[in-house]
Amino acid sequence: MTSILYRGLQTHPLLLYKSVLFRNNGVMYCTIRSSQTQTATYESNKTQPKISPKTQAKTLDKILKDYEAIIGIETHVQLNTLSKAFCSCPYNYGSQPNTSVCPVCMGLPGALPVLNSKVIEYAVKVGLALNCRIALNSKFDRKQYFYPDLPKGYQISQFDIPIASGGHIDVDLPVEFGGGHRRFGITRVHMEEDAGKLLHLGNGSYSQVDLNRAGVPLLEIVSEPDMRSGIEAAEYGAEIQRLVRYLGVSNGNMQEGSLRCDVNVSVRPIGQEKFGTKVEIKNLNSFSSINRAIDFEITRQAALYNEGKDDEIVQETRLWEEGAQKTVTMRKKEGLSDYRYFPEPDLPEVVLSGEYVDGIHDSLPELPEMKRRRGAEVKLAANWIMGDIAAYLKNEKLSIDEIKLTPEELAELIASIKGGTISGKIGKEILFELIAKGGTVKGLIKAKDLVQIVDPAEIESMVDKVISENPKQLEQYRGGKTRLQGYFAGQVMKESKGKANPGLLNKILLEKLNASS
Amino acid sequence: MLSTLQNPRLSLLHHHHHRFPLKGHRHLHITPSARASHPLPQPTATQSPPSTSPPPSSTILSIRHSLLSRRQTAVQLAESYLARIQQTEPHIRSFLHISNSVIKEAEELDRKIERNEELGPLAGVFVGVKDNICTANMPSTGGSKVLEGYRPPFDATAVRRVKECGGIIVGKTNLDEFGMGSTTEGSAFQVTANPWDVSRVPGGSSGGSAAAVSAGQCVVSLGSDTGGSVRQPASFCGVVGIKPTYGRVSRYGLMAYASSLDAIGCFGSSVVDTGILLHAISGHDQLDATTSKREVPDFTSQCTSASFFESKPLKGLRVGVIRETLDDGVDGAIKSSIYEAAAHLEELGCNVTEVSLPSFSLGLPAYYILALSESSSNLSRYDGIRYGNQIGADELNSLYGDSRAKGFGSEVKLRILMGTYALSAGYYDAYYKRAQQVRTLIQRSFKDALDKNDILISPAAPSTAYSIGMTYCLLLLVRRKNDPLAMSMSTLLGCLHWCCHVELLKGDPMASPVGLQIIGAAFDEAKLLKVGHIFEQTLQGH
Repeated sequence: MTSILYRGLQTHPLLLYKSVLFRNNGVMYCTIRSSQTQTATYESNKTQPKISPKTQAKTLDKILKDYEAIIGIETHVQLNTLSKAFCSCPYNYGSQPNTSVCPVCMGLPGALPVLNSKVIEYAVKVGLALNCRIALNSKFDRKQYFYPDLPKGYQISQFDIPIASGGHIDVDLPVEFGGGHRRFGITRVHMEEDAGKLLHLGNGSYSQVDLNRAGVPLLEIVSEPDMRSGIEAAEYGAEIQRLVRYLGVSNGNMQEGSLRCDVNVSVRPIGQEKFGTKVEIKNLNSFSSINRAIDFEITRQAALYNEGKDDEIVQETRLWEEGAQKTVTMRKKEGLSDYRYFPEPDLPEVVLSGEYVDGIHDSLPELPEMKRRRGAEVKLAANWIMGDIAAYLKNEKLSIDEIKLTPEELAELIASIKGGTISGKIGKEILFELIAKGGTVKGLIKAKDLVQIVDPAEIESMVDKVISENPKQLEQYRGGKTRLQGYFAGQVMKESKGKANPGLLNKILLEKLNASS
Repeated sequence: MLSTLQNPRLSLLHHHHHRFPLKGHRHLHITPSARASHPLPQPTATQSPPSTSPPPSSTILSIRHSLLSRRQTAVQLAESYLARIQQTEPHIRSFLHISNSVIKEAEELDRKIERNEELGPLAGVFVGVKDNICTANMPSTGGSKVLEGYRPPFDATAVRRVKECGGIIVGKTNLDEFGMGSTTEGSAFQVTANPWDVSRVPGGSSGGSAAAVSAGQCVVSLGSDTGGSVRQPASFCGVVGIKPTYGRVSRYGLMAYASSLDAIGCFGSSVVDTGILLHAISGHDQLDATTSKREVPDFTSQCTSASFFESKPLKGLRVGVIRETLDDGVDGAIKSSIYEAAAHLEELGCNVTEVSLPSFSLGLPAYYILALSESSSNLSRYDGIRYGNQIGADELNSLYGDSRAKGFGSEVKLRILMGTYALSAGYYDAYYKRAQQVRTLIQRSFKDALDKNDILISPAAPSTAYSIGMTYCLLLLVRRKNDPLAMSMSTLLGCLHWCCHVELLKGDPMASPVGLQIIGAAFDEAKLLKVGHIFEQTLQGH
């Protein structure tokens, strides 16, 4: 396949070069607003967002009290497959213009696309990592529009049946921004091809077309409109970047355009159900610019609302200007554009077997988010245990070699707590036994009958007993003294000799306390 | 019974009137021109009655024989074909471009023969290629101004395979622009004449390929068929045409008109020649994801081994005559020819019955919606940016608009507009989606009919060749009345079914030829070719 495609090119390198770059005396007369070639000049390579300027944050805080921002993100991820999506051309960022092209990706008459199966594999990987449903039967569609960087006059994409949909991604916000965990919905993930690039050189009276990028495989990841601030959006983007890098499907480099985020922002007064008018922002070359552009846009829109000028918020695409730190109108959308989608007749439907998807699922590396979460748990357990051991050693003036606890048993203890066999409280009790007298965790749990009670019926009967024994406190609770819940919980725990699962205990207790008398 | 077949090529040189006089030739094959500087191979003793010495039915096989037996050199053959083209081309105008390397390639072949090297199955066979099929060293315009002077950097897979089999590409044949038309008058460059009657059209859109074979300008040719574009011109020009099952032949290098319907097909002056060419170009292609991985059987072995001198060589073959294709709108002479063909098949031992395809009348509107929708998309790439004619402008939209307005002919524009409309938001479900459902219905009814029958037969076109200049009125009328019968309806139907067809010459020497269409189940080309071959050979004796 490769040899055929190349043969055609190598024998006519001048012809192609000529026809692309220097046709008709070297100029292609058209005036096109540049958007893709602008690059931020002073971006650091850090993926962590920077803190936005204090003044802006202040205004934002004030306005955000009355308004709520709705943010959704479309992320384009360039896949690092060896060859393009539908032909055997390689893609290397920064190559000489039109040196990595063939009849297929140039859209020559008679050329046909043939799908690179790696694209499917990578799409399924990303879909699964984003907790999506994978469509076993999907297809490609043509999205039709004219632009000089789109050689065929249509983009091969997926329309009504994306390969993956209905997923989510978990994100931890940095502590300096208040911390916390967020889960953002993923609407869909679909496969498509990238377009070429327009180069605006010379005196501005013409543009040149570089088709090296045309046909490079992309995944478009569309989020639910679940984000509410610039930092949430930036963290979402950063998490997507970590994910595709972990999976090894993309280098995720924003400066090279391997990862591109377009954000949609709307603002509405808190309490209003209807969404405000959606504005799209492009030219976001780093997560920090995503953060700042969104916060700028929220402030701009909220300010317009504040002044009663919300009709000035129109559906449009705005450009983030890194230098001026603001968004400016790029083009207004006049009605919905009609891409006249229809199924791509040159490609067979994409049919996957359950085994294929399972095979990919089993081969996935541990995801960054999971790893962090697991790491955090282990660290937590280790922290208090090490703290207690250190305290014991200090009090008893012993060295670590002199205690009877073995590393194996310490690991077993942590695993038992993590696995839910015993509660943390009981874990501490056992720890001191192990340090002082030695023995095994399993033996101690068995001997002392310390296995955690996780049977709801058993806990319920204890709760019932405690409630019936404390009618006075119950009356007070139902009269409004809800702080008495702690008293009841303590009584039940005492009743269970500390073995009741605290989560279950509280759940059942609350149900009983709040049941109508 | 049917009259003797007439070879138009002999007559052409002598008579340019509307009807060719009946001559005593009793074979279907290429006869050497008396005026050619080097005589073409004599396939047989033409006067011998078939019962004692059956005529070898293949020009390809006789060329091979003359080359191997050193009776003629490839250069001599090439010179005679080029001379023939020189003589006939001013009247027929089948070619948009004639290769300038024919003699050079023939010389190479002669050296190979001298060295006793193995020859491919198409060695020394002169092949015409429809101009919407890409060739690396020749212009490929698709019959459109928008691609005037365009030279692709690659060969279409079918062309590459022809060359690998030793075939010599003679030139690029005329067509309706991008295959959109059925008369070849829609070419941006020239009008091709029907070799049987130069005042009539050769049919289309592969009119140049059909006329070139019919006029003896080449041995076989490649065409393309989206809605009858091989079968109808084969019928008009009195040659054999086959539209193989979709997916049998790679479309790589064929300028797309309607991707889900387009198929490269073959023309020849005999069934065996057509089958040999089809075999050479068939099979899975890594460059076309819609090609089938099915094995390609040797289409012609069945032909040559078939003993058609038995009294009933087609004993037990179930043949269905499609009733709807012989309705009132069909020319009376055509109807009677088909009934005669059916009678002949019965004599050969077939069980002929009538079958009905109730979804028949839905075929044309469904075909139009699918083909036009896909074409509106496929022709988007002709934007004047990368290749072809660009009309310079100050502003991008004008560049697009002017390049396309000046580059496309009116038929193409009409189809792009209609297709764009059918795919527009809000209309997709009502048109494109519905047409796909109709296509499924038609496929089902064809499958039912082909479960009960081995083959189906119908006319290839509802009329014989039209006069040049007449058809646009006809087409416009069709569009207004939405009358499927006035179009080459049966060819359309078969197309939507994706099965394969052989077109056979049934020549009435006193009139234009009439084509019999044989339709078979998907990927059953071998059976069709066998039936066609026996039909063709046994017709000789009548």
